[in-house]
Amino acid sequence: MSEGEKHTVAVLVENKFGVLSRVAGLFSARGYNIESLSVGETLDPTVSRMTLVVRGDAFVIEQVIKQLHKLIDVIKVTNLSEEDHVEREMLLVRVNAEPSVRAEILRSVDIFRAKVVDVTPSSYTIEVTGEEGKLDAFVELLRPFGIQELVRTGKVAIARGPKARLRKVEPKLGKPRGNGGPDPKSQDPKVVGFAD
Amino acid sequence: MKLSGARILLECLKREGVDIVFGLPGGAVLPIYDALYDFEGLRHILVRQEAAAGHAAEGYARTTGKVGACIVTSGPAATNLVTALQDALMDSIPIVAFTGQVPTHLIGNDAFQEADNVGISRSATKHNYLVKDGAELSAIIKEAFHIASTGRPGPVHVDLPKDILVKEWNFDYPEHVHLRSYNPTYEGHPGQIKKAARALVRAKRPVLYVGGGAISADASPELMELAELTQIPITQTLMGLGAFPMAHPLSLDMLGMHGTYYANMAVHHSDVLVSVGARFDDRVTGRVDAFAPKAEIIHIDIDPASISKNIKVDIPIVGDCKRVLAKLVEAVREELRAYPAGVVREARRQWAEQVGEWKRDQPLRYEWSDDVIKPQHVVQEISNLTNGEALIVTGVGQHQMWAAQYYRFRHPRSWCTSGGLGTMGYGLPCAMGVQAGNPGKLVVNIDGDGSFVMNSQELATCYEERLPVKTVIINNGGHGMVRQWQRIIYKERFCAIDFHGSPDFVKLAEAYGCTGIRATKPGDVVPALEKMIATPGPVVLDVWVDKDECVYPMVPAGGANTDMILAPPSREVRERAMKSQTGF
Repeated sequence: MSEGEKHTVAVLVENKFGVLSRVAGLFSARGYNIESLSVGETLDPTVSRMTLVVRGDAFVIEQVIKQLHKLIDVIKVTNLSEEDHVEREMLLVRVNAEPSVRAEILRSVDIFRAKVVDVTPSSYTIEVTGEEGKLDAFVELLRPFGIQELVRTGKVAIARGPKARLRKVEPKLGKPRGNGGPDPKSQDPKVVGFAD
Repeated sequence: MKLSGARILLECLKREGVDIVFGLPGGAVLPIYDALYDFEGLRHILVRQEAAAGHAAEGYARTTGKVGACIVTSGPAATNLVTALQDALMDSIPIVAFTGQVPTHLIGNDAFQEADNVGISRSATKHNYLVKDGAELSAIIKEAFHIASTGRPGPVHVDLPKDILVKEWNFDYPEHVHLRSYNPTYEGHPGQIKKAARALVRAKRPVLYVGGGAISADASPELMELAELTQIPITQTLMGLGAFPMAHPLSLDMLGMHGTYYANMAVHHSDVLVSVGARFDDRVTGRVDAFAPKAEIIHIDIDPASISKNIKVDIPIVGDCKRVLAKLVEAVREELRAYPAGVVREARRQWAEQVGEWKRDQPLRYEWSDDVIKPQHVVQEISNLTNGEALIVTGVGQHQMWAAQYYRFRHPRSWCTSGGLGTMGYGLPCAMGVQAGNPGKLVVNIDGDGSFVMNSQELATCYEERLPVKTVIINNGGHGMVRQWQRIIYKERFCAIDFHGSPDFVKLAEAYGCTGIRATKPGDVVPALEKMIATPGPVVLDVWVDKDECVYPMVPAGGANTDMILAPPSREVRERAMKSQTGF
C-alpha cells in the first residue's frame, strides 16, 4: 500500500524509556504506513526529536498527527511538509573498488560531494548525505560496481526560518559579501539555512 | 519519611481517595498484601479471576465518578487483566491498575511468572509505567491517577517490580502534577461555540446525539437545558444511556445498529446533528456515507482525535462536554434574542410532528406469547419494578441490546455495559464493583447464559464480600446474538451456538451460597423478579426465554441505518441483508 503523499513529521517526545515503542506501536496498531523513522536527542537532553516519514492522504495524516498528540509522552507534533523545510538523509555504502575502477568511483564521489571514509585493497566505504533523490541516484551509479553493503539513516528534517523575515532579507542575499559592513540580519543562522 | 514501596503505594491510594481496591494476590505483589495486613482505611475485595478485578474497578468508576483501582500479580495475572484494560480504554473509563513484576535484576530473564507487562498493556491503556526507581514511585502514582481521570478518561497501568515494593524509599507525596506533554483542552473555542449556536437556532430538523462522554463529564443538567431551550430531540448511544431521561418527550432512545426506528430516521433526516461526547462508532453510523447525509455536523468532544475520524465534522468543538454545553446554552440564548422566535417555534413544531409520527408508526415492540417468556418482557418488568432507579449492568449479546432498548433509564451513571470492546463476561464482576461503590442500592446484572458463565466464579466474591448483586440470566440456551446473525445473514446454517450442557443455574447459585430462582413461564416473571428484589444477598434468577427471539430493529453490518430490519425478515430482505454485509 503506497497511497497518498509522503509527509515528513517532526515529533518532540520525552526522552524516556519506552517512547519509541509507543510511537512505533501506534503506527502498527492503526495500520499507518511509516517509511522511515529517525530519533535523536535535542538541545534539551530530556527531549528527543523523531523525524517520521508517513504516507497517506490528508485525512490519514490528520489522524496520524492527532493520534501522536494523544500519546502522553509526545510534547509537540509538526507536519513539516506543510511548511518550508530542509530534509537530509545519510547513507553509508561499501562498494567493490578494484584498481581499474577506482578513478571512476572517485569521480562520482566528487560530483556527489560524498566522502570515502574507509579503503581496503578491493573496496571503498563511502559516506554521502543529501535528499532522498540524490542518495537514490548515487546508489544507482554505484550499483554496476557491485554494492557489498548499504545502510541509510532515514530522513531528518528541520523547518526553515520564518518566511516574512526572509522576504525582507532576500534582496540582500544577492549582494557581494562584506559590502558596506556586516549586516546583522545576514548573520542570522536562519538566513544561512535558506541559502542551502 | 522512609517507607517500603508497598506502603508508599497504599499511602498514595489513600491520598487519591481510593476506599476500595479490587485484587488478587500472588508472588510479586506479596509485599503489598503484607503492607495491607495492618493498613487502615482501604477495603480490599478479593476477586476470583484477575479480569474481574479490572471490570469491578470499571463498574465502581462508572457509577461513582471516582477512579477505580485494582491490584494483581505479575505474568498470567497481568495478561488476564489486559481484557479489562482494553475494555476501559474503549469505553473511556478511568481506572488505575497495578501489576506485580519480577525484581528489576530479573526483568528480561524469563523469570517465573514474568511477562513484558508494559509491552503487552501499552496499546490497551491510555498510558502505562514500569517503575524502575522507587524514588519516583509516588510521583508516578500521582500522575497515573491524574492521567486516568482527566481529559478523555481511560485506564492507566503501573507495573511494580518486587524489589521496588520491598525496599524503603523517601515518601513525599506531590501536591500537583505538571506534565508539559499532557494538557487536555477543557474550554471550547468561543468562536466555534457561537457558530454552533447559530446553526442550532437556524436548524429546521436538529438532533442531539449523546454518548458516554456526556456521562463522564456529568453534563446531564446542561444537556437538559439545551434540549428544552431549543426543543431538540435527543438520542443516546449505548454508552450514553441515562444521560437524558428516556421518559422525556424529547427522548428518541438509542440509535444505531439496534437503535429505534425513530432515532435512526431522525438522525438520517436531520439538517443539524450535534454529537456530544460520542465518537461516531461503526455500530452507530452503519454505512458512513449514508449516515446523516444532509446534516451539518457539530461535534463536541474532549479528544481531538475523535473528531473527523469516521465522519467529516463541520463544526468541531474540542472541550469538556459540561463546560461547552453550558457555554452553548448561553450562546443559543443570545442567538435566540436576535432571531424571530416565531420562526424557530414553527420549525420545531413541524419537526416534532414528524418525529412523533415515526414514534407512533414504529415503536419498539415484540410479539407477546402466552407459552414462552419473551426476553423483552423480562427487561420491561425489571424496569417497571425498579421504576428505572436501579443500577443496571449487562453482559454482551442479545440481552444487552434488550436491556438498552427496554429499560427506561432516568439517571446518568446508572448503566454499565461493555460498549466498545463487547466483552462477554463483563456483567457479574462489573456489578460487584458497582455494588461495592454503591452500598444499599439495588444493582441488577442483566446477563446472558453465554456471557454469565464466562465469569460466574465471581458469585463466590459476591457471597464472601456481601455484595447483594441481583443477576437475571436471560437464558436462551446458547449464544443468541450469534444465532441471530446466522439466522438472518448466514442462511440459518447454525454452528457452535447451542449449549447442550449448561449448568443448572439455580443449583450453581446455591453452590456458591447465593439464592437461585427460576422462571419458565410468562406468568412466573413478575413474581420471580419480586422475590429476587426482596431476597437479601446475591441472587441468580434464571429466566428461560424464547430462544428464537431476535433483536429488532437491526441494521445489517455494512448497511445504512435506513436499511434497518424492523421485524422477522422475509426471504427477500434476508438476501438483501446478505449482500449489504461488507467487510465484517
